[in-house]
Amino acid sequence: MRDEAAHARSLVLQVEGWQPHEAGQHVDVRLTAADGYQAQRSYSISSAPLASHAELLVDCVPDGEVSPYLTREARVGDRFELRGPIGGYFVWKPEYGGPLLLIAGGAGIAPLASILAHRAVAARCLPTQVLYSARTTQDIIFKERLEAWRRDDPALAVSFTLTRSAPADWTGYRRRIDAAMLREVSFEMSDMPLAYVCGPTTMVEAAADALVRVGYPAVRIRTERFGPSGESI
Amino acid sequence: MSVDDTSPVSRGFVGRGRATAHAERIPPGQHVTGDFPVLSAGPTPHTSLEQWSFALRHGTERIAEWSWSQFQTLKQTRLTADIHCVTKWSKLDTRWEGVTIDTLFEAAGLVASPTSYVMAYADGGYTTNLPVADLMNSRALIATKFDHSPLAPAHGGPARLVVPHLYFWKSAKWVRGLTFIAEDKPGFWESLGYHMYGDPWKEQRYSGD
Repeated sequence: MRDEAAHARSLVLQVEGWQPHEAGQHVDVRLTAADGYQAQRSYSISSAPLASHAELLVDCVPDGEVSPYLTREARVGDRFELRGPIGGYFVWKPEYGGPLLLIAGGAGIAPLASILAHRAVAARCLPTQVLYSARTTQDIIFKERLEAWRRDDPALAVSFTLTRSAPADWTGYRRRIDAAMLREVSFEMSDMPLAYVCGPTTMVEAAADALVRVGYPAVRIRTERFGPSGESI
Repeated sequence: MSVDDTSPVSRGFVGRGRATAHAERIPPGQHVTGDFPVLSAGPTPHTSLEQWSFALRHGTERIAEWSWSQFQTLKQTRLTADIHCVTKWSKLDTRWEGVTIDTLFEAAGLVASPTSYVMAYADGGYTTNLPVADLMNSRALIATKFDHSPLAPAHGGPARLVVPHLYFWKSAKWVRGLTFIAEDKPGFWESLGYHMYGDPWKEQRYSGD
């Protein structure tokens, strides 16, 4: 277990018979109370497909049911019922190529982290741009991981935008993602870039609409929207 | 996942989502939300009403087609229903208005369905397969209104299929027509590991359920 940001925690799970997943997929987690009551939710896998464990990112929804348990109650050694990996569209495989534009809002970085981890071993030279929108610097998840990848990879660029408040020395963007920002970070349309957008519904709607305005064909934009509850995928 | 007795108890998990008020209306593995989450695989299409049309097809043959204004002259039906998304949220008493498939059949002069299955197709390339029987007897709508207002693009406007008794991915957003097919075949999500039929009461989420 690892606290990643203000409200998010990574769960590293040892899964018996875990098979390599596809980068971008999720799993269903089911909890059972003493009286037999059950609740299940979906969480994105943030680890590399070839990793021997499954790392899930759980963003705590304050009035939620499963995420407060997983982020506050669960301890090392606890066991969970898992189903998956699930999902076959919001995935990236090396043969899909790129260049890749990966756009995340908040906890939406989780499936993109898996894609980046896969790319780092399977397609290291593939030009890739990450654009990550968070409320404040404290809300940036996997910041160190992203910066470590960027540090030793000239083909990878990472841009941040903060939507609520930014420190005085902040050099990144300070607004919601818009078409002008996408034009600055994006690739030439002639390079046939492939975009993945994951985050809260309103952010994904706005970013995907802006990508269409910038010139991305709809078929080159793959989206994963988290519902207003923050837990639906 | 089906509920069984072999699930280990999650230490310290109490659960707060027991829907005691409407427990009998919540399929297994679902929880009630007051929100209306949006789930789509790509950007939201924005089709103008002038360009919009809805067609019934059999193979490549067009049986009938309606423009937006023609569609509005068809008998409009209201449907209040609980909806269940495969991502585990359910929403109770959603209010839709639109045209039933029965009305479309009547308007197209179809006395019997040419085949037993249809593929619904939509702007953006989305498809989903359904048995015709599940669309008849006012169990399904081509909805153009939600909560008495025009359906928002993010929720599938100008028109979406609404088949509330199946998981909601079957209720294709931005629907533009139904094509009768001789044999059942998978649509978009069904070819990516989701169940061919999707009955929430049998928890038919993924292929093999």
